[in-house]
Amino acid sequence: MSKTYYDPADLRKFGKISEWNQELGDKFFDYYGKVFEEGTLTAREKSLIALAVAHTEQCPYCIDAYTKDGLQRGITKEEMMEALHVGAAIKSGATLVHGVQMMNKVNKLEM
Amino acid sequence: MGKLKTQSLQKRDSDLANSNRQLEILSNGIFADGELPTFKDKISETNQFPLKAKKLEILQINVGYMCNQVCEHCHVDAGPDRKEIMTRDTMQQILDVIKTTGAHTLDLTGGAPEMNPHFRWFVEEASKVGVKDFIVRSNLTIIRANKKYYDLPDFFKKHNIHVVSSMPHWTRGKTDKQRGEGVFDMSIKALQELNERGYGMPGSDLKLDLVYNPNGAYLPGDQATMEKDFKKALLEDFNIQFHNLFAITNLPIARFLDYLIASENYEDYMHALVDAYNPAAVENVMCTNTLSVSWDGYLFDCDFNQMLALPVNSKSKHISDYKEELLEGRNIVISQHCYGCTAGAGSSCQGVVA
Ligand code: SF4
Ligand code: SF4
Repeated sequence: MSKTYYDPADLRKFGKISEWNQELGDKFFDYYGKVFEEGTLTAREKSLIALAVAHTEQCPYCIDAYTKDGLQRGITKEEMMEALHVGAAIKSGATLVHGVQMMNKVNKLEM
Repeated sequence: MGKLKTQSLQKRDSDLANSNRQLEILSNGIFADGELPTFKDKISETNQFPLKAKKLEILQINVGYMCNQVCEHCHVDAGPDRKEIMTRDTMQQILDVIKTTGAHTLDLTGGAPEMNPHFRWFVEEASKVGVKDFIVRSNLTIIRANKKYYDLPDFFKKHNIHVVSSMPHWTRGKTDKQRGEGVFDMSIKALQELNERGYGMPGSDLKLDLVYNPNGAYLPGDQATMEKDFKKALLEDFNIQFHNLFAITNLPIARFLDYLIASENYEDYMHALVDAYNPAAVENVMCTNTLSVSWDGYLFDCDFNQMLALPVNSKSKHISDYKEELLEGRNIVISQHCYGCTAGAGSSCQGVVA
């Protein structure tokens, strides 16, 4: 067994998950491929969304994959960082908006 | 990323200036221990070994390795310190061959071909022979590098040269990082001058194409999408127009190989190339219809093999001894760098091939 939880070389083996359940694996990869095709949104826009979500999910594989994907598409590092701030803003916003729940609870419990 | 280098590998006495050393690296490690299949094994899977040359269509002439730039990714290891320059005698031998060959395209490359002192004479003489498509691969900055080159756009126009120029990105930052500080602004100015002469304008016969190759250890994106993005940005920001964009994959040789190894990207990059292997691209790799001539007149399957000192597998080895009937149908000399030509939609000096 490897001594760390994450190994960059494992990213290349992603496809192997189908080996233990071909049908669901195939369905997933079909779906995945379809999602990232050019649609109403461009593949470029989708790549930036994926990069932001990769960070909010804090998945090192996805971060590597979509950083490289962005470079391949000619996306600049300024665009990448801006996308990350969108993810970060939603993450922190989502934390803070729960503050309303906290305030409601305090108001309810306190005399 | 380290700071930009200003000398060729050869001048730096780098281990990698030696082509045998490069070939060793490309055959050892992950290819020797079976982690990745060799190119020969890979194309054998689809019965495409040996690769064979078809009818000659493109004659690509490397008139010398001297260049005003020292780009980090350069597969030629070109630079101001390189002294290999084609002589007029060799050019004359090439002119004699052009008269007899059926090739429809003549493609001048370097280094910066314009720096060869016999460049203009050669262009004048070769255009008299009347090839259909006469390409000069110009790095753009040369046009602005020195007063003596300022009239190049007019010279190109006079001889109806098809200009193919490298442009790694539509932003200054990315361009200068790959090609050197100030390169972006000079390239923009050169493109504007070419546009002023009618080059690259919609419907114009004066062809201006751009070459894009990634500035790092990743593969080029979809050529058509990149072309759209380049066109939009260059038009909006600088009012520049051009015809086609060729997306070219960096092959793991010379300075790009040096960079891959130094940045510890070599294995990942080779994996990416092999993963993206496309058997449909193999059919049309550049060497099947192109012949490359080196500054000293030797014949190679392509400019990459020239840099790896892998001569053609034919009895006709030198331009002075050029025999099309011996060269046609020859077996192409391959190694693992060839994966760079077969990744994704494929890659050649004319862009994608599949
Ligand atoms: S890539 Fe082209 S412009 Fe850059 S150093 Fe090499 S030959 Fe010169
Ligand atoms: S590197 Fe040269 S020999 Fe190899 S496939 Fe490409 S064009 Fe052919």
